[in-house]
Amino acid sequence: MGAGIASLAALLDRSDIWRGGALGRTGLPGVPSGFPELDAELPGGGWPAGALTEIFPAHEGIGELRLLGPALAALSGRGLRLAWIAPPYLPYPPALVAAGIDTSRLVIVRTRSPKDALWAAEQALCSNACGAVLAWPRTAKYAELRRLQIAAEGGRGLAFIFRSPETADESSPAALRIALGTGQGGLAVRVFKRRGAPLASPVLLPPMPPAARARSSNHRHVDRNSISAAAARDLPARLLHA
Amino acid sequence: MPTSAALALAPNLRVMPRDPAGETEALLGVAAWAGQFTPGVALEFPSAVLLETAGSMKLFHGPEALVESLRREIADLGYSAVMAGAPTPRAASWLALAGEQKFINSVTELEPALAALPAEVLSSNDEIRESLKAVGIRTLGELRALPREGLARRFGQLLLDDLDRASGRLPDPRNFFVPPEKFLAGIELPAEVTQAEALAFAARRLIVQLAGFLAARSGGVRRFTLKLAHRDASPTEIAVGLVAPSRDTEHFTLLLRERLGSLALREPARSIALETDEVVPLPGPNRPLLLEEGRPAGRWEPLVERLRARLGADSVHGLACRAEHRPERAVAVAEPGASQAKPDFGERPFWLLESPKPLREVGGVPHHEGPLEFIAGPERIESGWWDGGDVFRDYFIARAQDQSLVWIFCDRGLEGGWYLHGIFA
Repeated sequence: MGAGIASLAALLDRSDIWRGGALGRTGLPGVPSGFPELDAELPGGGWPAGALTEIFPAHEGIGELRLLGPALAALSGRGLRLAWIAPPYLPYPPALVAAGIDTSRLVIVRTRSPKDALWAAEQALCSNACGAVLAWPRTAKYAELRRLQIAAEGGRGLAFIFRSPETADESSPAALRIALGTGQGGLAVRVFKRRGAPLASPVLLPPMPPAARARSSNHRHVDRNSISAAAARDLPARLLHA
Repeated sequence: MPTSAALALAPNLRVMPRDPAGETEALLGVAAWAGQFTPGVALEFPSAVLLETAGSMKLFHGPEALVESLRREIADLGYSAVMAGAPTPRAASWLALAGEQKFINSVTELEPALAALPAEVLSSNDEIRESLKAVGIRTLGELRALPREGLARRFGQLLLDDLDRASGRLPDPRNFFVPPEKFLAGIELPAEVTQAEALAFAARRLIVQLAGFLAARSGGVRRFTLKLAHRDASPTEIAVGLVAPSRDTEHFTLLLRERLGSLALREPARSIALETDEVVPLPGPNRPLLLEEGRPAGRWEPLVERLRARLGADSVHGLACRAEHRPERAVAVAEPGASQAKPDFGERPFWLLESPKPLREVGGVPHHEGPLEFIAGPERIESGWWDGGDVFRDYFIARAQDQSLVWIFCDRGLEGGWYLHGIFA
């Protein structure tokens, strides 16, 4: 009897057997996101390595980089390259350094068309030379995403593709799909596709305002001491409440 | 066979003049390429390259594997070769000349193999060949059977010496070929080529030759140039730059194909040539003692080169921090992988707008898709009066209606007004 249960457990432990309700298993361990409450909901205990992750921020700047920051910092700390393909704005090194990301590991790729961006992302994934590939193609069709997913499967890196929220309803071959919104003053991470049962309620991450440091520190980069004191006085009073 | 007779038999025959200078150049190219297999490469004009391979057997996993890689690479070079091996260089070149693709390892097998060779391989002197034919000697074996004194009297000592060198009774020292410092090789195209992409095939032959040349020197190049010669126009030059030195045939071919793919030829190309800068040292890769599992991590330099080949050199770069207070000047484009300073700044946004976006002001409050709520600030930045790019700004962190945090500034200079400069993504 004991032997029967043991063999059943061994059978259920096979990676090609999936039980409803359990999180799927992935071949490679995930890269911890730095947010334990999010890691608990991700198969593999973190961002999936060797698989495509789609991120749908409700709007650009909602906190997508703060969400990835800890993972990117850990990867760059291990000497791995971070490829940024067709980012919408300039990734600002002072902020990246403050987030612990080693900026000497950055490879920024600027492209003229979504096609070039997808091509560059595929090359970066196929080369298996990057710890993470972040891509912002303006458009992507199912077949193109499928190519990226296959390219990602051949490697061990993280693959993030950022898309506009309107495209979240389209079907996608990505292993993980995440929508970002705001909730209770923080970032609401809605995992609507993962290997395993979909997540019913969003994971709420605490607000991560950058303001704490800015408020306490009194940075002033002034090289004209003589005029600065006078200039400070004519600051509009309406701003001082901030 | 005279040309007229050949044309009578095959009216479609294309007659090409023989090009001795081109043949010599090709032979020198093959010799430079062959340096990757052994340091002992000797030339035997007009058509033979001799490789001293006894010391290379272990590295290339034995004679069969060595011959196999030689054969494959020769085909990649675009040549066909008759290959033969023997304990003496003279015997090896005679075997090859007679078309015998034999590899003889021991001196005992050498004598019978030499005896079976036709007497025509004694190519040094046409007169001797004719008279040997006249007295009815067809093979070297028949020649060796004749008394030596008589042979020496009739045909001279040189003939006997040649035979003795072949069988190893006399030493046969050779001058080894010294490859040139720089690589330069060209191909005359058989027909004018109008499609740049079609050149990739011909260029690959040159790349294989280059890779052999570099392997012989344990070196790599950072840059190579393909020159296309036209009938009238000045030559087209395609320079391919590399992030790190390399001598990888496949990688070079890939990069060149990307470049040729995006090139429109002004005029058909008649010949191509490959040229390199100085060769820098590049040791071969170390192999792990134990087999690694899974796909090994790729190298990032080839990736950068590949992306640059298609998207342009400026499109792929790294970023660096600079110790500079003006936000837009605190970032610099850098070569990927360059080590960098890490100055400490105040709170900075992840995204920077490359040029600040003017914001509407309603009732004294800046608007960015709705009124902005101030969170922190001001951070005063005044700098740059010495270089004309001076700024007088008060930076604030503000919250937009959609809860995103933005980095805005109030220009205290002549222009005035509010600007959006960054987003705290």
